[in-house]
Amino acid sequence: MISPPRIQTQVLIIGGGVTGTALARDLALRGVDCVLVEKDDINAGASGRNHGLLHSGARYVAGDREAAMECCAEGEILKRVAAQAIHDSGGYFVAVEGDDERYIADFPLYCARAGIGTRAVDVATARALEPALSDRAIAVFEVADASIDPFQLSLESMAQARSLGARLMRRTRVVGLEREGRLIRAVRVRSMAGGEDVRIEAAQVVNAAGAWAREVALLAGAPIDMTYSQGTLLVTHTRLASRVVNRLRRPGNGDILMPGGTVSLVGTTSTRVDALDDIHPTTADADLIVEEATRMLPALATMRFIRAFAGVRPLLGSPGAADSRSVSRGFALIDHEDHGLDNLATITGGKLTTCRLMAERAADLVCRRLGVTRPCVTATTPLPAVPECEWTEPGRSAREWMRSHASDDTLLCECEMVPGSTVDAIFDALRAAGDTPTLTDLGLRSRVGKGPCQGGFCAVRTVAHLYQRGDFHTQHGLAEILDFFGERWRGQRAILWGEQLAQAELMEALHCGLFGEELRGEGLRRAGPPAAPNADPADKSSP
Amino acid sequence: MTGERRNSFDVAVIGAGMAGMAAALFAAQRGLSCIQVGSGGGVLFASGLLDLLAVHPAAEGRQWQSPFAALAALAREQPDHPLARVDPASIRTAFETFVTALGEAGLAYAPLDERNRKVLTSIGTLKTTFGVPLSMVAGANALDALDAPNTPNTPPRCLLVDFRGLREFSARQIATTLADRWPGLCHGRIEFPGFEDVPELYAAHLARALETGETRDRTIALIRPMLGDAQLVGLPTVLGLGRCREVHAAFEAGLGVPVFEIPTMPTSVPGLRLLGALETVMSARGVRRRRLASVRALAFDANTGTATLDLDGVPGGERVSARAVVLATGRFSGRGLTADRGGVRESILGLPVHQPASREAWHQRDFLDPSGHAINRAGLRTDDAWRPLDMSGKPAWPRLFAVGSILADQDWMRSKCGSGLAIATAWAAMQQLADQLHGNTG
Ligand SMILES: Cc1cc2nc3c(=O)[nH]c(=O)nc-3n(C[C@H](O)[C@H](O)[C@H](O)COP(=O)(O)OP(=O)(O)OC[C@H]3O[C@@H](n4cnc5c(N)ncnc54)[C@H](O)[C@@H]3O)c2cc1C
Ligand SMILES: Cc1cc2nc3c(=O)[nH]c(=O)nc-3n(C[C@H](O)[C@H](O)[C@H](O)COP(=O)(O)OP(=O)(O)OC[C@H]3O[C@@H](n4cnc5c(N)ncnc54)[C@H](O)[C@@H]3O)c2cc1C
Repeated sequence: MISPPRIQTQVLIIGGGVTGTALARDLALRGVDCVLVEKDDINAGASGRNHGLLHSGARYVAGDREAAMECCAEGEILKRVAAQAIHDSGGYFVAVEGDDERYIADFPLYCARAGIGTRAVDVATARALEPALSDRAIAVFEVADASIDPFQLSLESMAQARSLGARLMRRTRVVGLEREGRLIRAVRVRSMAGGEDVRIEAAQVVNAAGAWAREVALLAGAPIDMTYSQGTLLVTHTRLASRVVNRLRRPGNGDILMPGGTVSLVGTTSTRVDALDDIHPTTADADLIVEEATRMLPALATMRFIRAFAGVRPLLGSPGAADSRSVSRGFALIDHEDHGLDNLATITGGKLTTCRLMAERAADLVCRRLGVTRPCVTATTPLPAVPECEWTEPGRSAREWMRSHASDDTLLCECEMVPGSTVDAIFDALRAAGDTPTLTDLGLRSRVGKGPCQGGFCAVRTVAHLYQRGDFHTQHGLAEILDFFGERWRGQRAILWGEQLAQAELMEALHCGLFGEELRGEGLRRAGPPAAPNADPADKSSP
Repeated sequence: MTGERRNSFDVAVIGAGMAGMAAALFAAQRGLSCIQVGSGGGVLFASGLLDLLAVHPAAEGRQWQSPFAALAALAREQPDHPLARVDPASIRTAFETFVTALGEAGLAYAPLDERNRKVLTSIGTLKTTFGVPLSMVAGANALDALDAPNTPNTPPRCLLVDFRGLREFSARQIATTLADRWPGLCHGRIEFPGFEDVPELYAAHLARALETGETRDRTIALIRPMLGDAQLVGLPTVLGLGRCREVHAAFEAGLGVPVFEIPTMPTSVPGLRLLGALETVMSARGVRRRRLASVRALAFDANTGTATLDLDGVPGGERVSARAVVLATGRFSGRGLTADRGGVRESILGLPVHQPASREAWHQRDFLDPSGHAINRAGLRTDDAWRPLDMSGKPAWPRLFAVGSILADQDWMRSKCGSGLAIATAWAAMQQLADQLHGNTG
């Protein structure tokens, strides 16, 4: 029998979200060799499905002071070391008529106790600066909230880690942890591209699989007490406010509005879910957010939304608690020694805002176990900006395109102004790293498909561009249009009313009415020669 | 009111999409005085291909070579479908009438057959359709030859040409995706003469440029050296606007082989051609057009049944009256239906819309779900005379008719019956409308 292919490394990291990529960078900076396996793509989990709020901490001052203080400290650090991924917009906490007066009165005290700076703002002044605020606002406080691009953060962390020798295996899922005594001897991984499983032998294994951490730990027979909470967010067609706007009350539904380039993100919800394989925004989620957030921002009642998306928060602790928001948003580092394992650690929970700290704690544990003494440097070492990782920034492609306007560089995505040269840069970078890029990869790394057409037009143009470059040799490019647009669709169906429904209808008229893309799929293949007596014998349906 | 401006008509058609155009044409054909209100609608996006019925049942994705066989199956299995409620002979006549009128206005279609045709699309799929513009028919003929049962089956050698900067059209894409099906496809790219420094090209600009002899000749000269042994040439839809026939003929003469256009993503040149031709037809038949106007309010006199329409988008506003009204206002993108979070309503009169119980049921989770999206089958239900129903299930007004995509119980996007639905229901409704008017005038 031939033994399966194997890879050896010091540390294997499972999960390529903000935590896993920050960990890869932290370890690489300490000179530790690591491999990161990600079943999907960078930030395919919660890290790509959040508000992108770099919390000042003020949201948690009443319920979870420790988490609040962590956010406050980490926010300041990230603003120093990863400034390129952060837009320091500042934020407001806004109470409206009917909100709990007690909470409003106590809020500045809570903040002071946690060491979080706040400043009361006169309501009229706040409304002059943010005209979308309701005329029923009764109290406004300013805090140091900011927005952060989690894609840029993860992609740049991973880029630096790779430049220091770390390896990334995308579309590779951990399917088994081989346990021998108190050690994980090998981790079995499976590539989505098919082929044989690969065994990875690592001295230490870190489970940074976010909400999937429970599933992963179970592969080693280690139970984690975890429940899941789904959160949904909506994306508006135009931007409503330039600052972060939070509702001044205990955390609830639809109480955060984030600036995101030319759009706003509004959310979120918190619904217990039992499984991770069927996460999608529902129309009820969308209604709840619109109704709640409209109290702070009345224009949302008639706003056009272009997208909805949902992510899952892993909640650690007792599954019995009734309100999933009251379970700690703090993070957990589990050393699994109680489970009889000396080389597995799980780092999960927490927030985007605290991902650097989570990585630091996990790396400290791993290094201690490995006997590595170099300390963590990520709190002071700037994250190098990498041009290929910054195409997710709104407006950036457009600026570059205007600057270098070469006559053969055409705009492929007109909503977000993404030219062919951006597509080329991303595809070429992925190829150079030994990857086979897809349209979906491009979507994650750029703004293609993020505008009002949600990929309906630009996917067609981009695929034509890629065919012309010779990136596709078969019908596969058409399947990519469908995958990409299909993914965008899942994010649309909950918000399809008004103008966006008209737009979606036009897209269906194009993709189905004109191009007949749905006929290429299963339906037609399966159909075969029909048995019905009304069969049309002369018909030779196209593949 | 000035004497010049007529303000009362037999028929007011609201909507200028495929259905409104067909309705106005058929009204004029019957000698009724007609005013039509509305801008281009879906016609501007249209491919120029006139689908009748290509897929049934939509959920199975089954394609039919004979649209009339498909209609027969539809009538058996989905008798509520609006197309199933029009008799096939009328559909045939309606199409003939429509296509003949387009031909008179300079937009020529291949003679209508009993069968559907297959046409290449710009992304490399094959589309099954019924009415094919002459400028596209050589491609359909070549595909016929490919499919013919007992020919020696050497696929015709075909050169596909595209233009640098026309982003939605890659000849290489079509040749690559159809390589198995049509091995004789090859591709080439040229710079469009006179647009060498322009990054993004728009098909309509190219189409207009090709109406000048010089650009045409230069383009042909660039393609000729690429011909090799090609027996035909495929191009994006750029062969002229109003003078398509002349441009197409010049390309065939200049290249010495049949030339065909391949329908492309909007903005659409065939749509502009259709619109142009239809406008020519309307003015030739005396239909009054209010192209930039929309109907703000519509009211019926309870005693006389006469309709009053208040128009927006006309300087100073305008009020017209009509003895009968045809609602051809389309769906959501046409603006005939309006949806908010709570439900769907008809936009002008607030007529009841047959629709799913809740928004969660509007759309499937998968965009391409074979059963289609329930919201696309929402719409107006009518009586046998194409009159939309009110809350009580009776015709809302005796002489208010609804045609085209606003009708319920159909999903033209999945059944590939957009133009068919528009033309057939416009024909059938106009017949009822004319009967009603005659009945009323004695
Ligand atoms: C709706 C919502 C809004 C939020 N808003 C904010 C906010 O505004 N600010 C903030 O600070 N935080 C926010 N958060 C929290 C934040 O998003 C998360 O804490 C953070 O992204 C977690 O990152 P992670 O890397 O730990 O997990 P994830 O990003 O979930 O990464 C886990 C990764 O593991 C991979 N994986 C899973 N199983 C396997 C396997 N078997 N093999 C290989 N790979 C595997 C997954 O594909 C995934 O990519 C929000 C969360 C949600 C859900
Ligand atoms: C992308 C795309 C591709 C297509 N491809 C094909 C194809 O390949 N084959 C084919 O057969 N057909 C195709 N079609 C056309 C399709 O057949 C028709 O668009 C469809 O049948 C709808 O036609 P309609 O006239 O019912 O509605 P619409 O075309 O939507 O027209 C509605 C009209 O009503 C007007 N209107 C609405 N409200 C008012 C008001 N208050 N006052 C005045 N006017 C009003 C609008 O301005 C518009 O003119 C395509 C359409 C699209 C969008």
